[in-house]
Amino acid sequence: MAPMLETRNLGISFGGLRAVNEFNIKIEKGELYGLIGPNGAGKTTLFNLLTGVYKPSEGFVFLDGEDITGKSTIEINKSGIARTFQNIRLFNKMTVLDNVKVGLHNHHPYSTLAGIFRTPSYRKVEKEMNERAMELLHVFDLDGEADYLASNLPYGKQRKLEIARALATDPKLLLLDEPAAGMNPNETKELMNTIHFVRDHFDMTILLIEHDMKLVSGICEKLTVLNFGEVLCQGETAQVLQNPQVIKAYLGE
Amino acid sequence: MNKKLKSNLITYGMVLVAFVIMQILLSTGHISSLFKGLLVPICVYVVLALSLNLVVGISGELSLGHAGFMCAGAFASAFFTKCTMDTITVSGLRFFLAILIGAAVAAVFGILIGIPVLRLKGDYLAIVTLAFGEIIKNVVNAFYIGLDSKGFHFSMKDQFSMGMEPDGQIILNGPQGITGVSKDSTFIIGVVLILLTLFIVLNLIDSRDGRAIQAIRDNRIAASSVGLNITKYKLMAFTVSAALAGAAGALYSHNLATLQASKFNFNTSILVLVFVVLGGIGNMRGSVIAAVILTALPEMLRGLADYRMLIYAIVLIVMMLFNWAPKALEWRERYLGQLFKKTAKEGK
Repeated sequence: MAPMLETRNLGISFGGLRAVNEFNIKIEKGELYGLIGPNGAGKTTLFNLLTGVYKPSEGFVFLDGEDITGKSTIEINKSGIARTFQNIRLFNKMTVLDNVKVGLHNHHPYSTLAGIFRTPSYRKVEKEMNERAMELLHVFDLDGEADYLASNLPYGKQRKLEIARALATDPKLLLLDEPAAGMNPNETKELMNTIHFVRDHFDMTILLIEHDMKLVSGICEKLTVLNFGEVLCQGETAQVLQNPQVIKAYLGE
Repeated sequence: MNKKLKSNLITYGMVLVAFVIMQILLSTGHISSLFKGLLVPICVYVVLALSLNLVVGISGELSLGHAGFMCAGAFASAFFTKCTMDTITVSGLRFFLAILIGAAVAAVFGILIGIPVLRLKGDYLAIVTLAFGEIIKNVVNAFYIGLDSKGFHFSMKDQFSMGMEPDGQIILNGPQGITGVSKDSTFIIGVVLILLTLFIVLNLIDSRDGRAIQAIRDNRIAASSVGLNITKYKLMAFTVSAALAGAAGALYSHNLATLQASKFNFNTSILVLVFVVLGGIGNMRGSVIAAVILTALPEMLRGLADYRMLIYAIVLIVMMLFNWAPKALEWRERYLGQLFKKTAKEGK
């Protein structure tokens, strides 16, 4: 069986800057995979490459055996990659419920005219969407705040809502960009449980960028360490974290 | 969900109540003939404000060329009416078709202009829409079209170079525009058009496509990350808005003895934008109220002669403060909020 995500010699240059170089990774279905590295190592750039925000200068990306190299963000999302952002990007002037319903957009279609004239198909699909969205919000304990504006949620819940919205697009692979950034230890702990739950409940494959070593060592099964755009070390979490090179480059001596 | 429906029903109800009151005043003869002449223009501006609010408030793009779409709709519908005056004798049906044609032609312009313009963002988009609005106006200004027994004649120079037979009739006469369009617009049709516009705009906002349009407004990058086609939804908002402005143009052109392109200038676009901003960006009910007050006000203040524009300006400032100043919003929330809890909250 093909791995859920595979990259072959993926690379990108911005002018003279080599941001990511010869990046290879294999993530099996259902794995919880961590991507760590010092600031500026190219982690977020890699996420942007995987989701089509940047087009790779060379190399290939395969999702579940399908070549998605160079496809647009929209096509890649439809193929099955959803993501969250380092600096939260919610639809701030919309309600929490509507944020999730936007995520459900492509899976619950009806025509524009059906929407304007409120046909039976509009009512049926909207009902499905509401139910599905509330289900997702319930998973993240946000169903009480469904009618709030997204911008009025506290920080931790905004992070959760972003994950809920990403899951609404029904992805095969979920990319989380620093999900614990700005969280206190309690919130981080709760987030770890949530990520575990998402993996088990939705049968999801997850790749996450994180600086919080407690979270990384707590939930990630495998790790890749990036440094200056290159893979420094790859493998089981425990072994990677003991690698002297990794300790030197990242954790400090 | 229910809250939204309630708020929408209040908006429809408001328009209907205003209509009934006006009808009663009209039938009892309490309305001056000056104000009577203002009823159709008020309807025109309400529809325009609603359609522009779809682009500015819901899609989040500042468009300064809205009068251009109105111009396209006005001339297309007037042209149609002139040509079919003898063939379609039922004026109601002819006007209905004219409105549809006005909306369709404006929509085509919306798509054609939207494709290049919507690639831009923010200030750049605003400037280019301004330019396109002026272009539409000036192109219409330069056209001469005539009809005789041999068919249509067309020129961009003057009316004589069309080479028409002596029995021919000039339909569009360059800067002099179209004259003698039958006055089919009535207050009732105007109100029906307002309700129809409200129906389309409010239902569009509260549907799958409307959510996509708002999501793109709030965060383009996140919207494309969940698989939304940015261009498609931006273009949809722009086109629907243009079509509605075209319908308003049709209503406008069938209320005038002479239709001239010079009326659809930058000032008209800005005037409609003022209605939208004062009524509250993204707030449809506000657009209706602002358009009615600010169209009626200058006429109602006519008795004050020289002070008219001064008072108009003061009203503009007061409305702006009332709608946008943080303190005023707080006050509104506290006092008016108790009166109609739901509506005040929605009105933000």
